[in-house]
Amino acid sequence: MIVAEKKPIEEIIDYVKDFQKLLIAGCNECVTVCEAGGKKEVGILASALRMYFMNEGKKVDIDEVTLERQCDHEYLEEIRDRIDQYDAVLSLACGVGVQFMAEKYFSTPVFPGVNTCFMGAAEERGVWSERCQGCGQCILGKTAGICPISRCAKRLLNGPCGGSTKGKCEISKDLDCAWQLIIDRLKELDRFDEYEQIMPIKDWSTERAGGPRKVVREDVRL
Amino acid sequence: MRINYPGTIRIVRLPCTGKVDIIHILRAFEKGADGVYVVGCLEGECRFENGNLQARKRVDQAKMILDTIGIGGERVWMYNLSSSDGPRFAEYAVEMTEKIKELGPNPIKLAHKKKAA
Repeated sequence: MIVAEKKPIEEIIDYVKDFQKLLIAGCNECVTVCEAGGKKEVGILASALRMYFMNEGKKVDIDEVTLERQCDHEYLEEIRDRIDQYDAVLSLACGVGVQFMAEKYFSTPVFPGVNTCFMGAAEERGVWSERCQGCGQCILGKTAGICPISRCAKRLLNGPCGGSTKGKCEISKDLDCAWQLIIDRLKELDRFDEYEQIMPIKDWSTERAGGPRKVVREDVRL
Repeated sequence: MRINYPGTIRIVRLPCTGKVDIIHILRAFEKGADGVYVVGCLEGECRFENGNLQARKRVDQAKMILDTIGIGGERVWMYNLSSSDGPRFAEYAVEMTEKIKELGPNPIKLAHKKKAA
């Protein structure tokens, strides 16, 4: 899932302080699971902002909505008939949702309520860590299911480097060396001989370095 | 026991303090409560293992939010006691009431009154 963190309320207040009618829009997908922008967080933020503005003597109307997804036309369309009532939208979706909302409702200011962090997994309750950088050419089949692009600080394809000590990365004693994990798992899978195969230079053009990306699937297009 | 405690307190019963969410605390203030305190079982004695510990974390988060928006985080408090400890329950009620009296009314309540006037 896409992992996000709540923005500080002060920053949000600064974005929306000059508007009189505000819609706070949550998203029922990733940001709900990582407890940053779901229905519950929308409620908390709306309540906090209402009290802030009331305490400041400002009259600000704040409405709440949580859409199934903010990265799909059909769900964003659900607010089309009432979007004109609002001076601004505060979207608690990931950066994708915020942008899609802004694209769709061109004349309404849209502000982000979360900081989108990465694609990751929930290691345990309250702990999320990065697992994928969307490089566009998955090599997990060759690396025992452990991604050196997202989990090695240097994104090495033929690791580990000299900074790997006792299974940990030199950038932090709390960070596992991805290549140590790969080696350990290859051994476990009885495929350690694959480690000896040198991986060729990766084509980074499918990664962000090649500019903004797009997937077009003619087979599923209408 | 026939112990008295201040009549200004409204009790909201929950199956466990683990049910308390930040939004419940914030809504109470939005509706004009001067203070909110959560009374849970003693730490380490939760029937659901960590309900009271979760409640404390949520109370702390509510405090942070209330501080940020200028209502004052000291209006929210978490107490722990044994369910059979009536005298202490009354003691905490008195303590909290005094604390809130010192802080004065919830600014939101005053803002509501101003708006109505």
